[in-house]
Amino acid sequence: MKEKIKIASGQGFWGDLIDAPYNQVMEGDIDYLVMDYLAEVTMSILQKQKNINPKFGYARDIPALMKRILPTCKEKGIKVITNGGGVNPIGCAEAIIEVAEELKISGLKVAVVLGDDIKDRLDELIEKGEDLNNMETGEEIITVKDKLLSANVYLGAFPIVEALQKGADIVITGRTTDTGLTLAPMIYEFGWAKDNYDLMAAGTVAGHILECGGQASGGNFLGDWQSVPDMANIGFPIAEAYPNGEFVITKHESLGGLVSFETVAEQLVYEIGDPKKYITPDCVADFTSIHLEDLGNNRVKVYGIKGEKETDTYKVSCSYADGYSASATLTYSWPQALTKAKAADQILRKRLEKLNLDFDEINTEFLGYNACHGPLSKKLDEDDINEIVLKVSVRSHDKNSVTRFGKEIAPLILTGPPGVTGFAGGRPKPSEVVAYWPALIRKDVIQTEVKILEV
Amino acid sequence: MKIKLLDIAHGRSGDKGDAGNVGVIAYDDKGYEIIKKYLTEERVKEHFKGICLGKVERFELPNIRALNFLLHNTLGGGGTVSLKHDAQGKTLATAMLRMELEID
Repeated sequence: MKEKIKIASGQGFWGDLIDAPYNQVMEGDIDYLVMDYLAEVTMSILQKQKNINPKFGYARDIPALMKRILPTCKEKGIKVITNGGGVNPIGCAEAIIEVAEELKISGLKVAVVLGDDIKDRLDELIEKGEDLNNMETGEEIITVKDKLLSANVYLGAFPIVEALQKGADIVITGRTTDTGLTLAPMIYEFGWAKDNYDLMAAGTVAGHILECGGQASGGNFLGDWQSVPDMANIGFPIAEAYPNGEFVITKHESLGGLVSFETVAEQLVYEIGDPKKYITPDCVADFTSIHLEDLGNNRVKVYGIKGEKETDTYKVSCSYADGYSASATLTYSWPQALTKAKAADQILRKRLEKLNLDFDEINTEFLGYNACHGPLSKKLDEDDINEIVLKVSVRSHDKNSVTRFGKEIAPLILTGPPGVTGFAGGRPKPSEVVAYWPALIRKDVIQTEVKILEV
Repeated sequence: MKIKLLDIAHGRSGDKGDAGNVGVIAYDDKGYEIIKKYLTEERVKEHFKGICLGKVERFELPNIRALNFLLHNTLGGGGTVSLKHDAQGKTLATAMLRMELEID
């Protein structure tokens, strides 16, 4: 058993810094590179891409990245784990194999975790007694079943552990929890028992800290943000993990950013609910048991973590088409910028009303005035504001109404209040609204499978 | 004595469905005692009047000198459905830190 392993975060979402994972591999020693590509909405986007081309449906940044890092990963024995397989993890693995062949790399095992995608199993599962009701609203699945774009179970760490046990150098999954990506190599390397819930919770907390990339190492840091060194070259966080469940959050010395008590604490409270019940497929972690010790020099020790037995359900994430939306902006200048923007909004609304269109919602915001903090915003001298961006957004189940809205924006320039600019890029077009449907499903109706592709 | 929350705490916010999550972290133990005592669910609900349309839930994390708040019915339907400029509640943390507290 290894005495410690270094797990490096390479990506916090699909669209994150392209060079971050490259730098993690190149700028120092690591054992694992873990990359989270999937936000809740990402699966539906990937499903749409797959509908257009059956070869797509995964994060297509991955093969390009592999081309850059695969030789070094192979040489140093760095393993890569990512959920960027999306709704086509096999396609992703095949693309990586192609890259390896191109680079004349052999003896490479790419594992694929399957079983999370239940879109084609819904009827069967409902028949088996899984209601899949919306766990937030209680609504029945039948109300959206025909509009579903994707349906995936959040799998945990163990299918990845199985892949590593089968000798995988790279593990590609679909919908796996962000935390499972980091927990899995700890279970595998240290031989942790499934029912040692404190250890499961320790790896889960490490995963939570790594899952948003640079957000744990100085990015989006609300403390003394100006004290973060060299943000332009920010190094993503690295968990130096030990067999007893303790770990140190750090980063490569040569890169910028900051790892401190404060930066790690901010990430710990990010998007959590009840801190005593952080539920994952692998355990229920208690965030009130976490001890942080700032060791200085961009090292924060994390220890003392407690956990409890996992629940008997998986979370399911479904997405469905739910109408259309569009939004438009116009910029009004001094004097009376806000008054003009408000007048323009009223004129627009009157015109829309006359057209008898059908909107579920029309939302107006004044950027530069109160779009972020609403009624908490500081009062400004309304007639003396330098400029205001008027932003109007609409949502409707009637596509024509949204299209027509888009045609009413540019006319405001010549037939509305003066001193207006900033209209470019043509008429705003309707984009499909993808809504999210969270549900629970019993674990025993889900079977996972690990496939190995070799070159 | 009146103090600014911004001077004694930092934090981070995000979305959980249509709820916003706001973590508030005190810079030191004294600060944590203050936020623990004065940053009540009622005080936060009052502060976010017109923004948070549902209930406010508070959780304590004394281990990192933090409180976590869930602001229900706050994000205009949440994530992808919301028409709000800040549909994911990213700026709720700074909105929270605008608060001034009257302390003993």
